[in-house]
Amino acid sequence: MAFDHQEINKLLQQLRANPYRYHVVTTPHTGYLRAFLVKEGDKVIGPRGKWLEKPGTKLFVLERERNEKIIRAPLEGEVYKIYQNLLGKFVEAYQPVVEIRHALTQEEIIAEILQRTLHIVRAPEKARYFLAPQLAQRLEKKGLGQVLIQPGEEMLIMSFMKRETPVIHQGKPMVVFRIFFSRQQMVEQGAPLLGLCLPEEVPYIEKLISRVKEEWPSQSA
Amino acid sequence: MEIFRYLTDLINRVHYLQDIKGQDWRGAQYLLEELLKLKERPYEIGEKKLEEILKGLASRLELLEERAAQELTPYEIVKITRNPQRFTLLDILDNVYDSYTELGGEGEINIDPAVVCARAMISRRVGNKVYMHQVIVIGHEKGHGEEYRTGGSAKPWGNEKALRYMRVAETEGIPIHFYVFTPGAYPIEDYPGAAQQIARNLYFMAKLKVPTVAFISEGGSGGAEAIALADMRLMASRGYYSVISPEGAAAIEGKVKEGQRPPRELIEFCARQLRITAEDNLRFGTIDRIVPEPPLGARRNDYQFFKRLRYEMIRATDEVVLRTKSLRAFRSYALRRQKEEASPPEEFDLYIRWDLSEIEIEKLLEIRSKKYRALSSWAVQEKKSSLKSYLEKTHDLGSRVYHDVRYGVLKQGQKMIQRFMEELSGEGAVILKQVTEPLKVAYDLLAVKRRPRVRIVSSEEQAIEEMGELYVSPLALEDRTVTCPNAEKYGCPDLWVPDLYGEFCGVCPNCGYHFPLEYEWYLRNIFDAGSVKEFNQDIASGNPLGFEGYEKRLAQARRRSGRDSGIITFQARIGGIALVAAMLIADFRQGTVGVAEGEKFIRACDRARVMKRPFLAFIHTTGGIRIHEGTLGVVQMPRCTMAVREYIDAGGLYLVVYDNNSYAGPVASFLGCSPYQFAIRSTRIGFAGPRVIRETTGEDIPPDYHSAENALRRGHIQGIWDRRELRKKLYQALLTMGGKNLYYR
Repeated sequence: MAFDHQEINKLLQQLRANPYRYHVVTTPHTGYLRAFLVKEGDKVIGPRGKWLEKPGTKLFVLERERNEKIIRAPLEGEVYKIYQNLLGKFVEAYQPVVEIRHALTQEEIIAEILQRTLHIVRAPEKARYFLAPQLAQRLEKKGLGQVLIQPGEEMLIMSFMKRETPVIHQGKPMVVFRIFFSRQQMVEQGAPLLGLCLPEEVPYIEKLISRVKEEWPSQSA
Repeated sequence: MEIFRYLTDLINRVHYLQDIKGQDWRGAQYLLEELLKLKERPYEIGEKKLEEILKGLASRLELLEERAAQELTPYEIVKITRNPQRFTLLDILDNVYDSYTELGGEGEINIDPAVVCARAMISRRVGNKVYMHQVIVIGHEKGHGEEYRTGGSAKPWGNEKALRYMRVAETEGIPIHFYVFTPGAYPIEDYPGAAQQIARNLYFMAKLKVPTVAFISEGGSGGAEAIALADMRLMASRGYYSVISPEGAAAIEGKVKEGQRPPRELIEFCARQLRITAEDNLRFGTIDRIVPEPPLGARRNDYQFFKRLRYEMIRATDEVVLRTKSLRAFRSYALRRQKEEASPPEEFDLYIRWDLSEIEIEKLLEIRSKKYRALSSWAVQEKKSSLKSYLEKTHDLGSRVYHDVRYGVLKQGQKMIQRFMEELSGEGAVILKQVTEPLKVAYDLLAVKRRPRVRIVSSEEQAIEEMGELYVSPLALEDRTVTCPNAEKYGCPDLWVPDLYGEFCGVCPNCGYHFPLEYEWYLRNIFDAGSVKEFNQDIASGNPLGFEGYEKRLAQARRRSGRDSGIITFQARIGGIALVAAMLIADFRQGTVGVAEGEKFIRACDRARVMKRPFLAFIHTTGGIRIHEGTLGVVQMPRCTMAVREYIDAGGLYLVVYDNNSYAGPVASFLGCSPYQFAIRSTRIGFAGPRVIRETTGEDIPPDYHSAENALRRGHIQGIWDRRELRKKLYQALLTMGGKNLYYR
């Protein structure tokens, strides 16, 4: 089996007990820590906007050579801990200053679980990808989580500048559980393309996802 | 049925009144409710009684309308202009012209539904005869509430379409009637670009070889100018022509945050201060004549108004044509016209052909040029003693004669002789070669020693490298570091200010980001040492509209910058090449262009033409047209473009270099029309800022939307230069684009 059931249970338990991710904001370089602009328990937001053009909440001021630099929150959450003892002192680079507790959303938890449970096929090159015609046909007929691909079978076609290269499945026979790209999309190198799993794991993962959906409210809700 | 229609019309009239004066103005709402009640049960009352009631209500409504017309404020006029019941271009095409064929699309199936171009016929009755005139009609179509018309905001390709049909009119030699119904151009940068296309239109219209008449109902700044540079500009008496919408001006004046509406009083104040009405514009000379409308504005079924408009358009075209023929004919015509002012006749007393001969076209262009050069000249403030101005005039005349002789007579003669000699020596060499070739081959075979090759010594390279001591910006006097804005993206280290503004010329050595520098840096470091000689410093920015509270800000700008206007015009040299330059500077009201700036630019352009020098427009920053000068600022767009066109037509080399931020009017006219536009890295060039784009189009734009890279990608500019190499690049550009005959083609 590709993954350990016990481990997944442990992961779920862990997430349930502590559905947060802790992000430590460190100093980008040396300097004097002049002021904190947030208090512990404050809500902060990360960069927003379509192009992330609106910066996040101001966290603290770091000064070097009379250049006051405002360090901002990189993600949404709550200020969990502030290293008050550093105030007014000279700090080294990469020293932790503020910890942000980010509450994981349903989507993030599902993504994390999928990443741990599925066998991810990644893009070998920056290119456009298509499902192999036979696979596409079968997927259309049966749907995701139902189509088994054998080792040596053609999964994808990588297309770039009219050059087409097949991507072959290697390893055990597996089921296509998720597709992470869309038609005509230019996929960066290393980005996930397909999520595969063993046939017997399918009901288990589906159950897992529906449990997560039940337990955590979705971000849009 | 008739009475029912009458009732509906009355309801529409009350709605119209309410739109203009407000929902509850002097019991309008009560009147409306009564009418609506009647509409619900017209048959129960009986026709006769209904007629009586309606008569009573109609007389009350008429009284209200009269009152409303007497107390119209400028902002209410704006509301009349924008009302969906107002006539639009298609109504004009239906009612003023006898027949028409739309060109370049119809309705929604169109290049740009906001711009309508048509080939139309307009008839004139003289006695028993009917004469047909062919014209091309180009204008904005607001539509009566159709979304796809974008309220008459022309997209860049809409203006391009307008230009295409101007070309058709020129080829066919038929007059153009322009109709301006726009709140402003649709501010997007996609090719051909809002600003750049308006500039191209203006450049073309400046010397369009057919008579043109423009009629303005809603004249929103640059968008209006794109089709309004005409020989005669008429304006609807209930139209407005303005540099910015009153709401836009109020948002700027009141520093209102995005998404919030400025208070109504502030909008009213701005509408008053901007002098946007037809009377104001006529007084300032930005239009030529007012076409009278009914007191509360003409609506789409005002057939009397269309009759008047038809008369006015024919008369205006006649006048434009007659002016090119003879002064006497024009005078008598104008006199006759004056008599007809109150009630225009059905018939015309003579037929005037609208086609022009070559000589008449020349005259037409000359009159147009004079007209635009004279616009707003009354508002120019020049602090000069009469002796000084006399001396300057004498100097100008002397310089004109000198340069005409030097580059006109002598250079032409020299060129002819040179060309003759070249041809002669070319032919001679061929004959001589036949004789000497065998000897030369034998000699080359026998000779052991090779002849030394001629070495070309380039003095040009030296000239450009030789630069005295570098001027260092006073910004460098601080002992601290700054962070490059791209530090997160490219990991640029912090920069020590003395290094950054000294040795690095304000450029991040890691990513090449250009920090803004003051204009003095360019004046001192780009041009040869001591070569900068400023002229026309005495022309000062004023407050021609009497905009309340503006004097104070003007005085502040003067104090802060030590200058009287936002432009510096000077003669200078780069590596020994003499040129004339104009520089819009950020220090004086963000380099916005008003009457003084326009006048100085035109004079610099003319000086370059007279002295036969290349002309450089260096834009340190420009925020557009100065809104406090209203349409007097807007007309600087056609004025300056006219001057540029004449300079280029006379053979001049016109270069534009952008730095920091360049937006709106100037880019959409005298800068955008240059064939050679370059930008210094990290500059932003565009038509409208992000906020205006978001508010107009409802779509957000990426942060780098206006960057020089994107401008280059869209083909708006020809290249991006590094500030550290600016002097060299300019020198190179002058040589390559100016070629051998640098000073003049």
